[in-house]
Amino acid sequence: MVGADMSELSGQVAIVTGGASGIGAATVALLAEAGATVVAADIQPAAKDAPGRFFNHDVAAEDSWKALLADVVARDGRLDILVNNAGITGGWGTVESTTVEQWRRIEAVDSEGVFLGCKYAIEGMKKTGPRKPAPKGSIVNVSSVAALIGSAGPTAYCAAKGAVRLLSKSVALYCAEKQYGIRCNSVHPGGVDTPIFNPLWQAVGRDKGKAMLGEHHPIGRIAEPQDLGELILWLASDRSSFVTGAEFVADGGLTSGLTRRGLFGTR
Amino acid sequence: MARVENKVVLISGGASGIGAATARRVIAEGGKAVLADRDAAKGEALAKELGKAVAFVPLDVTDEPAWQKAVTTTVETFGGLHGLLNAAGVGVRNSIEDCSLEEYRRVNDINSMGTFLGCKQAIPAMAKTIKEQGGGGSIVNISSVLGLRGASYAMAYCASKGAVRSLTKNVALHCAQMKYGIRCNSVHPGYIDTPMIAPRLSGTIDNMSGRQWLETLHPLGRLGQAEEVANMILFLLSDESGFSTGSEFVCDGGLTA
Ligand SMILES: NC(=O)c1ccc[n+]([C@@H]2O[C@H](COP(=O)([O-])OP(=O)(O)OC[C@H]3O[C@@H](n4cnc5c(N)ncnc54)[C@H](O)[C@@H]3O)[C@@H](O)[C@H]2O)c1
Ligand SMILES: NC(=O)c1ccc[n+]([C@@H]2O[C@H](COP(=O)([O-])OP(=O)(O)OC[C@H]3O[C@@H](n4cnc5c(N)ncnc54)[C@H](O)[C@@H]3O)[C@@H](O)[C@H]2O)c1
Repeated sequence: MVGADMSELSGQVAIVTGGASGIGAATVALLAEAGATVVAADIQPAAKDAPGRFFNHDVAAEDSWKALLADVVARDGRLDILVNNAGITGGWGTVESTTVEQWRRIEAVDSEGVFLGCKYAIEGMKKTGPRKPAPKGSIVNVSSVAALIGSAGPTAYCAAKGAVRLLSKSVALYCAEKQYGIRCNSVHPGGVDTPIFNPLWQAVGRDKGKAMLGEHHPIGRIAEPQDLGELILWLASDRSSFVTGAEFVADGGLTSGLTRRGLFGTR
Repeated sequence: MARVENKVVLISGGASGIGAATARRVIAEGGKAVLADRDAAKGEALAKELGKAVAFVPLDVTDEPAWQKAVTTTVETFGGLHGLLNAAGVGVRNSIEDCSLEEYRRVNDINSMGTFLGCKQAIPAMAKTIKEQGGGGSIVNISSVLGLRGASYAMAYCASKGAVRSLTKNVALHCAQMKYGIRCNSVHPGYIDTPMIAPRLSGTIDNMSGRQWLETLHPLGRLGQAEEVANMILFLLSDESGFSTGSEFVCDGGLTA
């Protein structure tokens, strides 16, 4: 790494929702290492020694977004990067077993939470104006391979992640049309070793669970949170300045086709 | 010809546009259709016009008990359920900046949750019919080209149709895994000349009438007709498409090409 003052993202301010755990925590660390001021916005507290500043935030609550943006603009004076990463699977409900209440809860966090994030971040990014030359802002929405293949998730989760996939394109096109200089892309992880799999780890043990999931990925393993953090960092930075409205898959080959092991979750 | 002979098809949004056109195709090919719509006046009138092979049930697709009732009525009226077309939907223009949370939820509730609830409530009745009577079952969910491509001016609609696209694959794989004999596919129309887009046809954009502007989006140079989408849906409802499930069927005059 170069010296802190010469870091790639120095002077830039980033919000990472779900920043206390898993992919979010890895992203917070990488963005901070690249020199950004990072806010980890989460409903659960971040680890004591975690980099970045913690903000108690519920992505499903509109007032919480207002409070978060007000706080960031007041303290840091600007916003450059939003990573909409917070998400829940909400159990393994099928189309037949999912209740309306479960559906609504998952949509509220995974779909409405991303919508609200984009809406308030754009307002914040516009308000604080450009300090650096264009492009000015980047929004990264964490969707899933569940938006791409129906076997990869519970029913409501698939729907919500599918909504995020298309919502991201609409946001990208809108910001381009308005010449806001704000880009927006979606990220589609395959299996990643995070607490989202705690129920599986509890059922079969972590090592066995990881091996089981890894077998479904052509590359032979699931991802580490840093694998996704690196992709998100690239999309957040100006290195991806011509990239908007696009889908970025990091899934160890999971959705690329058939292997002799069969497709994820289908057997 | 009777390509869906004696098949019973429940059609949400059946009172108008693509749903109504599909009902006409279904009965022309020997099937029965139940129109389920929140517009009771229009739905009842159409059912009456189309005759004995068609019935109407009132339905708000966001209301799960109403779906239950629609399914029960269908089975009681025509003795089973083989097909479901989720065609009820609302077309709404908004952007990420001007859409409220209430509006985002309303659009997603109707287009996305409504489709989920239709699948959820129809699957058990369809599986039962297939088990008892044989034949194949088919669910067709109408997404849109805006479930494949973004549009700056239709943020909540894009999200809801993206949800339908992904949901459809999940439903297809669930039904395959359960060996229900039910397939599930999504249909992605371009701009189709139905009451839904009527508000877009007047007015002017870029010195063109709204209609001309929409027409030029399609390489074929015109809007689609509801009958053209209905023909695709009929194929998907029939056993002719027996090996297709979890897939995306585009009917867009070349728009996404
Ligand atoms: N791990 C995987 O295999 C995988 C695969 C595909 C997609 N994803 C997606 O990646 C994202 C991150 O997941 P992860 O695997 O790191 O999971 P994780 O459970 O480790 O982290 C998710 C974080 O989001 C927070 N969160 C949950 N609800 C929230 C709310 N309402 N408001 C604010 N924060 C909230 C949680 O407290 C947690 O810290 C999610 O959107 C998930 O759907 C994960
Ligand atoms: N017309 C187009 O250009 C176009 C393009 C792509 C996709 N679509 C989709 O095709 C489907 C059919 O649209 P259409 O063009 O025939 O429109 P339409 O307006 O002619 O018909 C839609 C029907 O759905 C009903 N409906 C709306 N909300 C409902 C609810 N909550 N409960 C029950 N019924 C409800 C309406 O009463 C109406 O009869 C929709 O899902 C639409 O999004 C249409």
